[in-house]
Amino acid sequence: MATVAPAEAEALPPAEVEDVELYHSKSWVTKYVFSQDAKVIAVQYSVTAGAIGLVALVLSWLMRLQLGFPDLFAFIDPTDYYQFITMHGMIMVIYLLTALFLGGFGNYLIPLMVGARDMVFPYLNMLSYWIYLAAVLLLLASWFVPGGPTGAGWTLYPPQAILSGTPGSDSGIIIMLVSLALFIIGFTMGGLNYVVTVLQARTRGMTLMRMPLTVWGIFTATVLALLAFPALFVGAVMMTLDSLLGTSFFMPSIVEFGEYLEYGGGSPILFQHLFWFFGHPEVYIVALPAFGIVSDLLSVHARRHIFGYRMMVWAIVIIGALSFVVWAHHMYVSGMNPWFGFFFATTTLIIAVPTALKVYNWTLTLWKANIQFTLPMLFAIGFIVTFVNGGITGLFLGNVVVDVPLSDTMFVVAHFHMVMGVAPLLVIFGAIYHWYPLITGRMLHEGMGRFHFWVTFVGAYIIFFPIHYLGFLGVPRRYYEMGETSFIPASADTLNAFVTVAALIVGFAQLVFLYNMIRSASSGKIAEHNPWRAVSLEWQTPEMPPAHGNWGPELPVVYRWAYAYGVPGAAEDFVAQDAPPTLAAASGDDDRQEPSPQPAE
Amino acid sequence: MNIGIVVAVALVLIVVGSIVFHFMSPWWWTPIASNWGYIDDTIIVTFWVTGVVFVAVVFFMAYCAYRYSYQKGRRSEYKPEDTKLEWWLTGLTTLGVAIMLTPGLFVWNQFVTVPEGASEFEVIGQQWQWSFRYPGEDGVLGTTDVRNISDENPFGLNPDDPNGQDDILIEDSEARLPIGQPVKVLMRSIDVLHDFYVPELRAKMDMVPGMVTYIWFIPTRTGTFDILCFELCGVGHYIMRGKLVVEEESAYRAWLGEQPTFAEYLAEARSGSGGGSTLVMNEKISLE
Repeated sequence: MATVAPAEAEALPPAEVEDVELYHSKSWVTKYVFSQDAKVIAVQYSVTAGAIGLVALVLSWLMRLQLGFPDLFAFIDPTDYYQFITMHGMIMVIYLLTALFLGGFGNYLIPLMVGARDMVFPYLNMLSYWIYLAAVLLLLASWFVPGGPTGAGWTLYPPQAILSGTPGSDSGIIIMLVSLALFIIGFTMGGLNYVVTVLQARTRGMTLMRMPLTVWGIFTATVLALLAFPALFVGAVMMTLDSLLGTSFFMPSIVEFGEYLEYGGGSPILFQHLFWFFGHPEVYIVALPAFGIVSDLLSVHARRHIFGYRMMVWAIVIIGALSFVVWAHHMYVSGMNPWFGFFFATTTLIIAVPTALKVYNWTLTLWKANIQFTLPMLFAIGFIVTFVNGGITGLFLGNVVVDVPLSDTMFVVAHFHMVMGVAPLLVIFGAIYHWYPLITGRMLHEGMGRFHFWVTFVGAYIIFFPIHYLGFLGVPRRYYEMGETSFIPASADTLNAFVTVAALIVGFAQLVFLYNMIRSASSGKIAEHNPWRAVSLEWQTPEMPPAHGNWGPELPVVYRWAYAYGVPGAAEDFVAQDAPPTLAAASGDDDRQEPSPQPAE
Repeated sequence: MNIGIVVAVALVLIVVGSIVFHFMSPWWWTPIASNWGYIDDTIIVTFWVTGVVFVAVVFFMAYCAYRYSYQKGRRSEYKPEDTKLEWWLTGLTTLGVAIMLTPGLFVWNQFVTVPEGASEFEVIGQQWQWSFRYPGEDGVLGTTDVRNISDENPFGLNPDDPNGQDDILIEDSEARLPIGQPVKVLMRSIDVLHDFYVPELRAKMDMVPGMVTYIWFIPTRTGTFDILCFELCGVGHYIMRGKLVVEEESAYRAWLGEQPTFAEYLAEARSGSGGGSTLVMNEKISLE
């Protein structure tokens, strides 16, 4: 049982690792620029990811202008269009979502939520950010080289990625590959840090099965990333060698535009295996932190414990493990041995079971709860709707034979935007509304937030829901313009124009959000301590925002799980994780009322 | 107004709107022109199973939003786990997955198993055009190699292979097939990835340089259909189009008889009158 009698509390294990002496910065530069404080690094990661994300947002507008009004915008030529889609996809998946969830939220929340003073390797953590920044700047630099950035699609499939028929094949593709390699190096430094911090630096009483699901999600995602990114790394190195040195890892004999190329014997499909061995876990590298964070948002704002905590933890771990044996469902029509289809369709549909359980448990958390419809709660609900919608279309694409007509159509575009674009972004927004007071000491503006939520949630849904139906019709993705066909009715053009207008409106709402974040940092309402009355440790620091070192002279001691909401008999509707049991017992938090299968020893 | 009610109404509207859109949408499958109606059937099954889950989950949330909206002083229920409920949900989900997966795997087995007696027909992709090859009188396609490709031999056939001499070569991006006969489409690319897809046929596969991929189908409807490239193949991807004409056997035979064989190609090229193929001599298409 988790807690309670004072005698038990005294029997807490002694700290295994001594409290570390942190690096104390002496100047402004080492405090805010070359900082070794995870909280500062988190903000650096987040601001950088947000800035590059704005570039991706503008690119999406340009793409939509072309798709919605193909004859109107003469300045967008096919080369530009393919560069836009490539850079938009790569920025969103890698440089925004991965960096923000792990580098941003991971850095800020892991030490605070497990009761550590900082990451275990602060210097490495600092390096991680600066290498990430270099990767981002290099990526941007590809707009200024001859030929511009690569237009190979974010999947970068060879041979076309390095051949002259594709934009940016002279230097854009090399810059992209080097930038990815840098990103992976930077991420590995950060990732090892997150894993070791979770495993080694938890405070006394913080057993693994008492950790908030946010930490479980980020931790598992980081493990996935450490195992998956190397596949992309070697793929990038091999393609760079193919392009610069004329090796033939991915290049068979080719005649391009009537000219023999000096290649032979390589396999384009090998790259696809490497890419998707990374690429599918990547989906969960983004999704698992979102799963974890949304669990916490739901629980805090519904004033109820997460439902089925142990099941939720195991679902995260099982999904993470299964995500390594489903990658070839991206390759059903790639020309790989078709018999693989049986295996990968089966594993892919199996992964739906733990994922569905998570959805059920989120909704069951709302059941018999006391739901406060704060901004984080609204975004969490928006996440569930879009995630379920995007998840079930994944069952279409995962079921090998159904994928055959749908692959490479707009259905795929709609699916992954719903499940991997809109859904995680709604979690990110909810998380920002939730933790902004912790980070800045001020609240975000409620009215602007409401506007932001409704426009983004409803808008994104009506953007992406109809696009599935263009996919059923057979409209291909990655087409600069549809031109003449016999099977696409004129009404599809109207739909495309409608979607473009909706996308511009939703894009505008993001600018309102941006303004809200900037404005509230200086003139938002001052947040009271622990404004959401949350249980988890990050809200229990002596100061808010937490000072350097997070805790006062003593590290906190944890007595219960992170979801002690609505505990019967307790004085309030929550009991903080570090509230001493004597105090809690006095307020009624006694043994009998701990959850019987309490997920702690 | 209570925001819980607003949220509940919004959620209900999203579900109802999605269902109405689904049934009213003018954008749906093209009328099928092959034997792969099984694929459409599997999709309908998937729609029902997943649609029920979507409606149930969102309606349940709407109910919770309406029913359990915040009231000061009320406590939420404290019941961290319900093992029985969780096992029930696991079981039902597994059942739903099995209902979708099982027919899917059976149809996939058909999809990858080419029936005996299917005639062969080759599609060749290159940036950014289609060409086609029929096996000719002997019913056997001659062997090919990218290294054989030249102005006289744009398809890269092996000139010493007797099976290839009567192969019929089509360079103008229009292919024809007879109705009602199973056909195995062998696919080859000489430069980058392409993907041969006719939406009405429902079957597609990437074309990969260095290897030969395949699909099979039976055309079940006459007509002229669009061939589109469905794998990004460079800046001209979107203009890589062709036509597939499905017609009665007799019309097909008559058309096929008018097309040049490989032997005739070589002869014409050697006599110097033809000036070689347009295919290989094409300069890179300027898109601007």
